[in-house]
Amino acid sequence: MKLFNKRQRPLPDFWKSYEKSFRKKLPDTITDNRFVALDTETTGFDLKKDRVLCIGAVSVLNNVIDLNDSLELYLHQDTFNPKTVEIHGIIQEEQFEQISAIEAIQEFLAYLKNAVIVAHHAYFDITMINNMLARHDLPMLKNKVLDTGVLHQRTRLRTNLIEQQKVVSLDALAKQLNIPLKDRHTASGDAYITAIAFLKLVHRLRERGLPNKLRRLFWKL
Amino acid sequence: MKNTIAERVADFLKGYPPFSFMGQGELREVAAQVKVIYCEKGKTIFWKGDHRHEHFFMVHKGAVNLLSNDKSHELFAILDTCDEGDVFGLRPLVAGQNYVLTAKASEESIIYGIPIDVFKPIAEKNIQVGYFLVESFASNTRNPYATSHRGHLYSSAVPTSNERDNLFELQPAKIIKNVMTAERSDSIRSVAKKMNSKQIGSIIIVDPDHHPIGIVTDKDFRNKVVTGKSLITDKIEKIMSSPVICYPKGITLAQAQMAMVKHKIGHLCITKDGTPKSRLAGIISEHDLVVSQGNNPAVLIKAIQRAEKTKDLKEIRKKVMLLLNGYMQQNIPMTHISKIITELNDATIKKVIEISVEKLGTPLCNFAWMCLGSQGRKEQLLHTDQDNALVFEDVEEAKHKETKAYFLALSQHVTRRLNKVGYEYCPAEMMASNPKWCLSLSEWKAQFTEWVTNPGEEEILLSTIFFDFDISYGDISLTLALSDHIFEMTDRHKRFLAMLGVNALKNASPLGFFRQFIVERDGNHKDFFDLKRRALMPLTDAGRLLILSKQVKHINNTAERFEKLAELEPENAEVYMNCSYAAKALLKFRTKQGLQNNDSGRYIALEKLSKQEKIKLKRTFKAIDQVQDLVKVRFQLQHLL
Repeated sequence: MKLFNKRQRPLPDFWKSYEKSFRKKLPDTITDNRFVALDTETTGFDLKKDRVLCIGAVSVLNNVIDLNDSLELYLHQDTFNPKTVEIHGIIQEEQFEQISAIEAIQEFLAYLKNAVIVAHHAYFDITMINNMLARHDLPMLKNKVLDTGVLHQRTRLRTNLIEQQKVVSLDALAKQLNIPLKDRHTASGDAYITAIAFLKLVHRLRERGLPNKLRRLFWKL
Repeated sequence: MKNTIAERVADFLKGYPPFSFMGQGELREVAAQVKVIYCEKGKTIFWKGDHRHEHFFMVHKGAVNLLSNDKSHELFAILDTCDEGDVFGLRPLVAGQNYVLTAKASEESIIYGIPIDVFKPIAEKNIQVGYFLVESFASNTRNPYATSHRGHLYSSAVPTSNERDNLFELQPAKIIKNVMTAERSDSIRSVAKKMNSKQIGSIIIVDPDHHPIGIVTDKDFRNKVVTGKSLITDKIEKIMSSPVICYPKGITLAQAQMAMVKHKIGHLCITKDGTPKSRLAGIISEHDLVVSQGNNPAVLIKAIQRAEKTKDLKEIRKKVMLLLNGYMQQNIPMTHISKIITELNDATIKKVIEISVEKLGTPLCNFAWMCLGSQGRKEQLLHTDQDNALVFEDVEEAKHKETKAYFLALSQHVTRRLNKVGYEYCPAEMMASNPKWCLSLSEWKAQFTEWVTNPGEEEILLSTIFFDFDISYGDISLTLALSDHIFEMTDRHKRFLAMLGVNALKNASPLGFFRQFIVERDGNHKDFFDLKRRALMPLTDAGRLLILSKQVKHINNTAERFEKLAELEPENAEVYMNCSYAAKALLKFRTKQGLQNNDSGRYIALEKLSKQEKIKLKRTFKAIDQVQDLVKVRFQLQHLL
């Protein structure tokens, strides 16, 4: 039987309370739902070898980003890749208060709860976080995920057949949606830009007839 | 915990008052609690009458319009537009009131919601922030330090603690809630007894549902009962005035006054939903309005009539300016505003003349004091120059010299006093105190004849000023005789009208080839737009010319002239109505500019105008183009230009 029950240790309490938050059904409408827009800065782009250095997240509820309900975590990692420092500017031993990965996971899950995750090119960020969870013997994130890249494709559905499938960078998206590119390449900055982009994209989809129904946001192209 | 976003928000806030007065620590404290709100275009942030939110707002990206309407009204007036860095919706939070304006995103916007709970303690601790708030509330501008942009952060309909200040006029009118009522079937006698025992002058007649159906005042008893028309045993409904004019709660003093003036009534009923088909909630009486405030038109007129010295008039004049300012903010129709302000101007001039006549002794013959130019056209809202003239009856040859000397002396008194009150002297000396413009009737006729038969450039210029005369004091038969003379002369000399036409076209379209504004090339007002020369004058000139050619008397106001023309020439009604609208809009524009910059409002710095204002201006120019074309064709001016 051990074969099917790989888990050696019982799940910690913080995970249990995270899981518990999912007992509550998500609201029906987009406006009533809490979204968490997040972004990670990592030591590199290798999903297996590289590590999360920073998680930035802001919450969105009813078209409002509440800065009081935001998260910015700097993780202490032994892995260090000098090549990516140029991009995100995070150097180990910098002045920010750094916490261990497991502390970060605890804080992150307590913050995230059952919110719908919004990220740009979400696969990368979610996988990085899931891998981090796995290294600490934890299951994968249970949250529903929306990708602003995909939402953006949906807004262009009827406008441009050729470029329809093209996935744009966050920079290009921000430019198109007229969002100032401040704090680009900090986790929080990108999370904030993603949140604004998400709000603008939802509005554009709503203008095209998307009803105020949460489940409709997950419909595929 | 580090909060990069909050730091950026703090950086942004720091650039604008009142946050610019805050320390780094205070700013961060505030910024960390900010809510970033996404508003699609057209989204309402709050409605007028809504209970106050926990946040006030600052525009980060985009723009928000502050509107006068509430949820139930579609019609609105944009009172102000807030751009990036502008704060709005703060005063209701500080004063603990509901919103008095509606805020709507005019484009897709990102707005910061700043929690009052965090802000207030800081504002109370930080003296500079406190000063800023006090000053911006008192001056009613969003940012008292930025003279360049004097927007109005809060509707003036907000009562302030200082009840005697200029906002008073725009406060909610006081409603008498404990209203005496009677039923329609009650007898006149019983109602009279009731009113007598309560010592009241009016009573509302209601139906069984307590909906107001009529009103009975002391006057009704006087006119309809004491005269014997009705018996005291008759039912009260026989003498009541019906229907009653109803308004919802929250009507401002100014609105209440306008409503009373409009309907020529002394009482307004306040009902639950503002229609006669709902429960009576109270009444507003004209008497209470008058008593409750200092600077309403009726009170000011009385004050002017009671004034004994020039100094008193000067004080009253200041109040008139405040009243004007209030009307402009309240967006009361221009025709109403100019009528009221002109009445007050007229009353002031009359009073000044009365005081002077008293000083100099009874005049030797009848005379009329005329105001010319903008005052004559009833378009003078701000202080502008005094342009006036005097005409006196023809007297025997022997007495002429003596008579003229008297009127010259009188005119000198009057103009000097008017100057003290606040009317600038006319730099071109077009005043009755100038012997050239203080003439007997036949001298004036001769003068007009001379101008009309021999029109050079100067004669045309003088005609444009003098032909817009309006009597402000004295014998109206004298000015009527002058009007008749002008019509007779202009009818006989078509060339004169053509010359007037050329003059009207002198200032061509205010827009250049690329639809840009034509600005002044040199002088003190280089790069400013000359609103008077480029927009108001062409319109005024065209109106005068057309109305002269139609021989219409007694209409001097440009907007009214065009309305009359639309009536006379239905085929061109559209052009004329556009012109009438443009005349009103431009006058309002000039007045607003003048009030903002405390000058005559003539020169406008284009870069300070909002896009919307520019569009509005350009729209009026279209009307100018149209009427200039019409003038060109009608008076066959192609070959003269």
